[in-house]
Amino acid sequence: MSVIYMMLIISIIIAIVFFIVFIIAVRNGQYDDSYTPSVRMLFEDELVKEKPKKTKLITKNNK
Amino acid sequence: MKKNRKHNLCFHCGDENGKNTLTFQEKSFCCNGCKTVFEIFSENDLTCYYDFENSPGAIPKEIEGKFDYLQKQKIIDKLVEFDDGTIQIVTLYVPHIHCSSCIWVLENLNKLNVNISSSQVNFGKKTVRITYNAKEYSLKEVVLLISSIGYEPYISLDDFKTGKQHVNRSLIYKLGIAGFAFGNIMFLSFPEYFQVDGFWIEKYKPFFRWLMFFFSLPVVFYAANDYFITAYKGLRSKILNIDVPIALGIAVLFLRSTIEIMFDLGSGFFDSLSGLVFFLLIGKFFQQKTYSFLSFERDYKSYFPIAVTKIFSDGKETPIQVYDIVKGDRLLIKNEELIPVDGILINGNASIDYSFVTGESEKVSKNSGDKLFAGGKQTSGVIEMEVLKSVEQSYLTQLWSNDIFNKNKEEAFTTLTNKISKHFTIYVLSIAIIATVFWLFYDISKAMNVFTAVLIIACPCAIALAAPFTFGNLLRIFGKLKFYVKNANAIEQLASINTVIFDKTGTITSNEESTATYEGESLSTIEEMLLKNTLRGSNHPLSRTLYDVLDDNNIITLDNFEEHLGQGIEASHNEESIKIGSASFVGQLQDTSVLNTTVHISTNNNYKGKYTFYNSYRKGVSKLFNTLKNNYDIVILSGDNEGEKENLKKLLPSKTKLIFNQKPDDKLDYIKYHQTEGAKVLMIGDGLNDAGALAQSDVGVAISENVNVFSPACDAILDATKFNQLGNYINTSKSAVKIINWSFVLSFAYNIIGLYFAVTGQLSPIVAAILMPLSSISIVVFTTLATNFLGRKLE
Repeated sequence: MSVIYMMLIISIIIAIVFFIVFIIAVRNGQYDDSYTPSVRMLFEDELVKEKPKKTKLITKNNK
Repeated sequence: MKKNRKHNLCFHCGDENGKNTLTFQEKSFCCNGCKTVFEIFSENDLTCYYDFENSPGAIPKEIEGKFDYLQKQKIIDKLVEFDDGTIQIVTLYVPHIHCSSCIWVLENLNKLNVNISSSQVNFGKKTVRITYNAKEYSLKEVVLLISSIGYEPYISLDDFKTGKQHVNRSLIYKLGIAGFAFGNIMFLSFPEYFQVDGFWIEKYKPFFRWLMFFFSLPVVFYAANDYFITAYKGLRSKILNIDVPIALGIAVLFLRSTIEIMFDLGSGFFDSLSGLVFFLLIGKFFQQKTYSFLSFERDYKSYFPIAVTKIFSDGKETPIQVYDIVKGDRLLIKNEELIPVDGILINGNASIDYSFVTGESEKVSKNSGDKLFAGGKQTSGVIEMEVLKSVEQSYLTQLWSNDIFNKNKEEAFTTLTNKISKHFTIYVLSIAIIATVFWLFYDISKAMNVFTAVLIIACPCAIALAAPFTFGNLLRIFGKLKFYVKNANAIEQLASINTVIFDKTGTITSNEESTATYEGESLSTIEEMLLKNTLRGSNHPLSRTLYDVLDDNNIITLDNFEEHLGQGIEASHNEESIKIGSASFVGQLQDTSVLNTTVHISTNNNYKGKYTFYNSYRKGVSKLFNTLKNNYDIVILSGDNEGEKENLKKLLPSKTKLIFNQKPDDKLDYIKYHQTEGAKVLMIGDGLNDAGALAQSDVGVAISENVNVFSPACDAILDATKFNQLGNYINTSKSAVKIINWSFVLSFAYNIIGLYFAVTGQLSPIVAAILMPLSSISIVVFTTLATNFLGRKLE
């Protein structure tokens, strides 16, 4: 089989994989709220930086 | 300077600190509630809350007993969306969510209580979804926890429905599929466009073509199916809507392309086909932009409580569902609770705030035996009432049985695009037929080719995109300026109105302020002081208003103070005595000709005079009316009496019609009558009593002091601070319609160029592939730039 068929089939399979990922993402509601995640991703770092006590708290909660 | 100011503001909520400033950890707080919230946060290492925004919090309200009904299993079942005995998931609507700090603290609830495993905020919808361990923790405790930190959830009768709400995501799926197919087909069609002659392309051509065919199948049969459906519906009701030529174009594109590749006549138009559908869907997606935190479809259910306290004959008090209330039940209405049904007051000091129904902010006092109407909010202590009617049959809720609430406004309205498309479709079909007939005689082999080419190139993609992008962008611009319009149709309707009808109370007057003027003998300084201090002790709404209006005075201790319910107050200090209240209470004959609310005053049993309360009008009312008067008929439809008539006459242009004493049904009928006479009505109202009128009018705009809290069903919500801009908003809508007309001209120009290729039989796939996206994109760019220009003028 010519290499062109191989290439085409592989590229289409890759495209379809991404397409399926997209469908799954929509189905899980990732496109329902497009604002909150953009704020949420900024939180974690600041918390660790300014609150060294946090580790203590986690152990307390895990008990 | 800035720091200094900050010092006077509460660290938690940002309100100004009064005299009772509390200090804790070198931070000042306006009240105990705010301090407590800060303590909770600092104990749990959540003070990060204050790093994201300055003073982000709300003052927690007294909530004791308010959520007792959440203990009822029947009610819990209706509210939670998942429950397996141990784990429960509930989504609560929290109107106070307003900044990143709110997201942060609500998503860290698990640090406040270990039984909460996770919580997730949807900022747009202002909801928080909480997962918790139901064995250790109850729904009521969850609600109390988030209320105690100032995030009281709003639970209404609207939440009372079983089953999860279905989210319609089909447009995103369709857009994804069309985009996916479009991209792939583009790549597959490139080799042939570049026309590298020879062995290579000849060998692979059929394979590429069939691949394109398969990619186009989901586009035609799934992504584009809405166009076929609406076109079919339109044809069935004998309307040539814009989807008819679009569906025709898509069908012809697909059929011709398929035949071309089957008989090896050419490469087909699959790329144009999928591109066309993709662009059209983008237009739809763009227009679909809605304000998820606002609801335009609200009825009374969004405001009514889910449960109230019922008193059984043996004196036991239990919460019951509002739908279970029957005639004859005895209900206990707590402070700040809404009365859900019509009834009779049995006992208690009733001071009812009907602002929710009428827009009238003044509270109404009721005596035992008086009738209470559903929708009022009790504002002073606990009352008991006996039920006369169930929820659905109450005076206010009955309004919703009117037919107008079941009608769909959008279906009755022919949009600009559909008006154009009617003529457009006929012209295109005639051109196609004439050209085909010509070719039939001239060169029969090309006839079919020309016929399909005309239908393909004339597919009105650009026309269909003009309105969605113009109105969609304008919706966004209006939204930034605090004018929240429901959809594109509402803007289009707004551009065509010729009559503007205003409600009075709460619409052109402000709920927040009222003014009082004094008539009679002037009061001495001692009397003024006595008056102010007497009012200070009274909780009657009128006393509070008058107290705020009067100048500040020294605080003195009264020797004697007595409040006579429903009549007035009496007080004395040293040798001076004062009576404040109704005319008969202070010993003056009632003057029946006066329609305004008055408070009479006598000192030492001598009648002094009276304070008359007036509504205070919003800023810019007069100016707004003067700008509107040249182009529109203006009417004021008020539910109140004629007390303000003279005032309004002075304030407003002389041609303004003033109509008083209108019940909710009267307002609806008034609008209906004028619509039959050809009026296009813009109704501006606020309370639920305007709900019927708002629904009946062509465009119903609800004025709201706080857009998050409440407004009746309408087409647009206008923030009260932007009230005086209304005229500009209408003018902008008119300009938007002009923009659309210009883009129609532009797309006709493209069509004429395209038709030249089509009619002369020269339409090759590459011409179509260039012309179609070019016309669509240039229309999108033109409308977006033009509306942004309009938006800049507004600001």
